[in-house]
Amino acid sequence: MNGMNENPAALIPELLLLGGAVLGLLLGSWLPRQRQWVVRVLAAGAALAGLVATAAAATRPDEIVFGTSYAVDTLTHATRAVVLVAVLVALALSVEATAGHRRETEFVVLLQLGALGTVLLGGAADLLLLFAAFLLASVPFYALAGWDKRRLEVEAAMKYYLSGAFLGVTMIAGTAILSGVGRGTAYGPLRDGLAVAPAAAVGVGLVALLAGLLFKIGAVPAHFWVPDVTEGTPPAVAAIVTTIPKVGGLVAAYRLLLVAIPADGPDWPLLIAVLAAASMTLGNLAAFFQTSVQRLLAYSTISQVGYLLMAVAAAGRAELAQPALLFYLAAYVVTNLGAFAVVAALPRARTLDDYRGAARSRPALVVALAVCLFGLIGTPPTAVFVGKLTVFTAALDGGFAWLAVLAIVNTVASVFYYLRWFAPAFRGDGTDAVLEPGGRWATAAAHGCAAAAVLLGVFGGAALPLLTEPPAL
Amino acid sequence: VLSVIVFLPAAVAAVLLALPRATPPAVFVGAWLAVCVADLALVVAVWAGLEPTGGLQFEQRVPWIPTAGISYHVGVDGISLPLAAMTVVLFGACAVFALRETRRVKAYVTLFLALQTVSLGLFVALDLILFFLFFDLSIVFMYFLIAGWGHGERARAAALKFFLYTFLGSLALLLGFILLYLAAVPHTFDIVELIAADPLAGGGAYAGLTLLAIGIGLAVKTPAVPLHTWLPPAHTEAPATGSAILAGVLLKMGTYGFVRIAMPVLPDTWRQYALVVVVVGVVSVVYGALVALAQTDLKRMIAYTSINHMGYVLLGVGAAGMLAGGDEQARRLATTGAVTQMVSHGLITGALFLLAGVLYDRGRTYDMAAWSGLAARTPVLAGGFAVAAFASLGLPGFSGFIAEFQIFTGALPVAPVATVLAVTGILVTAALFLVALQRLFLGPLRVPDAPGTPRPIADLHPSETVSIVALLALATVIGLLPRLLLDVIEPAARTLVELVAR
Repeated sequence: MNGMNENPAALIPELLLLGGAVLGLLLGSWLPRQRQWVVRVLAAGAALAGLVATAAAATRPDEIVFGTSYAVDTLTHATRAVVLVAVLVALALSVEATAGHRRETEFVVLLQLGALGTVLLGGAADLLLLFAAFLLASVPFYALAGWDKRRLEVEAAMKYYLSGAFLGVTMIAGTAILSGVGRGTAYGPLRDGLAVAPAAAVGVGLVALLAGLLFKIGAVPAHFWVPDVTEGTPPAVAAIVTTIPKVGGLVAAYRLLLVAIPADGPDWPLLIAVLAAASMTLGNLAAFFQTSVQRLLAYSTISQVGYLLMAVAAAGRAELAQPALLFYLAAYVVTNLGAFAVVAALPRARTLDDYRGAARSRPALVVALAVCLFGLIGTPPTAVFVGKLTVFTAALDGGFAWLAVLAIVNTVASVFYYLRWFAPAFRGDGTDAVLEPGGRWATAAAHGCAAAAVLLGVFGGAALPLLTEPPAL
Repeated sequence: VLSVIVFLPAAVAAVLLALPRATPPAVFVGAWLAVCVADLALVVAVWAGLEPTGGLQFEQRVPWIPTAGISYHVGVDGISLPLAAMTVVLFGACAVFALRETRRVKAYVTLFLALQTVSLGLFVALDLILFFLFFDLSIVFMYFLIAGWGHGERARAAALKFFLYTFLGSLALLLGFILLYLAAVPHTFDIVELIAADPLAGGGAYAGLTLLAIGIGLAVKTPAVPLHTWLPPAHTEAPATGSAILAGVLLKMGTYGFVRIAMPVLPDTWRQYALVVVVVGVVSVVYGALVALAQTDLKRMIAYTSINHMGYVLLGVGAAGMLAGGDEQARRLATTGAVTQMVSHGLITGALFLLAGVLYDRGRTYDMAAWSGLAARTPVLAGGFAVAAFASLGLPGFSGFIAEFQIFTGALPVAPVATVLAVTGILVTAALFLVALQRLFLGPLRVPDAPGTPRPIADLHPSETVSIVALLALATVIGLLPRLLLDVIEPAARTLVELVAR
């Protein structure tokens, strides 16, 4: 192993997130409560600088840095870019909910640390680093879930933490098994090691390891925390924990399965396909008759993960799998954050009925909501449509025709509950007390996300060729 | 030029959205009218410049998502241009009719303008994904129109049913498109390239499934029996202009899809299953006519006659795929007839729905039993309705006759039984329209006593007259001087028949 590749310059976006968090924490300890916005500005600056660094890094050839532990390739660049954009949006949509709060600094710092863990998940090319990244992406978000310390929040945080701890232990057990039978932790050597290892052990280890990642992305059967955490926390927190970890978890699963698991090993594509089918179907069925908007969105994110997992199931078997996954992730993040931003912008409206008459009293917000919800359905020309189109194509190409048909049926079913939210907005006159606006920043975030969802759908297709480079070995 | 025609309404809609809500309604409707006039002028210019035998023209192609073989590709030929022209005319008529609309005019007009862009875009799209985009958006905008301007609570239920049903159809369509994409080497969504490549020549299960997916998607929209159940409630609850556009333009998207995509891209499979299409067509014809006969609700009745008329189109395109027993001339006749029927149905049914809207405006009900003897009070309404009814049942001298005559002549040699059965559909529609005319306009005067109804029932207002008469006049012109239309359609139909027969 050469020591030449331990180049911190390859990790500038990650270091910026870390630096922003540490500096923010120090700064926040000394700032009076009303001036903690400085920390937020610092975090936004770090994220913007990280985006610039990501763009610069993307022009250089792919490499593996720090021994064989961390890949800097298309997958990592895309993860960085999507997560950093998500951080910026999350910072914007949470301004009103957190500004002047006595733990505003903690909110920003926890967001940054969790985002850092998520990026590391995406880039990890070594089982040990993967698990470390899992912890770094989990612990800050547990704390974030209980950040406001209200009763429901504490309960949600407990549930989140307990599921995470349990599945995290499963994941480390899987790591141990795989590295034991495969004689290594780095993905490249592991692939050779696992090829000659007993198939049963590889299968058990892989399933155990995936359990942790499924928890991160909130997919069935590790989804039980999602509805409670989403409903029990403020919209800003819910938006973050249902959106950001998914990016890292899905990219990590894709990289792990494609790079570290030998092609003639366990039949993981089928396993992932079944999980995808279960996620989209159960998420949809559970969302049908929800009355709380945040709970509805929670189940909607579970079903969206199902569609995203379709691309993972087709990994290595369909040319479009990787661009489909990355594009859908970007589309999902923008659209889902947009929907949560609308919720954050109308903080008093907690149930579907509260949106009655919103079209009259808040027409612009309702348009943003319409774009985001039709976006989540996958209506062209929004971004998720391009994502779904490519994902469905990848699934069919990868031999999962049944999964594509199921996804289509689910998509139609999902129309029903998205419209249940959205249709009351056009009836009657809104009670203005419930539809009291939450503030300019959340509203601006909603509009920005809605616009981005459409622009990404219309012009984003040009970016697909940039996402096709296979992962670095 | 085509892009301007397509996106002009959307651009104007964007400008109108920026205007304050307090702007007088006349500004919005006026802008819509101006857009229709401008679009019409452009379509006429394209028509004048179209070389009928020249295949696809005025093409424009810009890469959109190159990785997935998707491009913004538009163009017209003798099949799509008449439909685009019919679309513009019908939207223009609706704009005139909408001069009397008072409810939330700003949103109403912007929705219609968006719908106009989507409809025109669909008819000129030469890329499957572009086609799908417009197909899907037409559902979204129509949903809002029915839910927002329909008749109360039931309209929302009808709109939801419409949305779910047709959305399922559109996703089946998408599945078929993806299967086509994967079958083509190199992978592409471009219709022209797919036609040239004929990726699924030789048929097989894969090709059959592809046609099934596309067929279901288009049949829901057409709608063909048994996938038609969304249509009657959607029509009954929609506002008059919405019904006119839904029947006149949106239904054509289904049948146009057969002609533009299913037939030329999957010729072998189309020939293999042409009999199925013919059977579905005949069932739609007979079933639509019989159920229409049993209706007491005027608008439901017209809705079912739409199913009947779309059945003729399916009969025509199905017959075009049956090689055995028919010569090329017959198949060409059937195809030409099918396309003519699409144009003709758009004009005539559009007029019928606008007339039904007038009736509802006066008495707040579509129930035919509530009305009687209107001819004495409202001669123009009665006359207009009589002309529209006769045109719709296929009387010579109107466009419907030209279309149906050609379909029957073309289909008779290849599917004699089916054709004879379909002709009975004409008899039934003739009967039901005569019964409707008799109930509504003859006999002693009776009008519904809804509260707030202006008692002396008013005849057509000038704006209503202009819009309805314009549509009927055009249907008559086509009926009397069919060469104007057929000269454009026939060469394109010939090309299509050759593509199907290869």
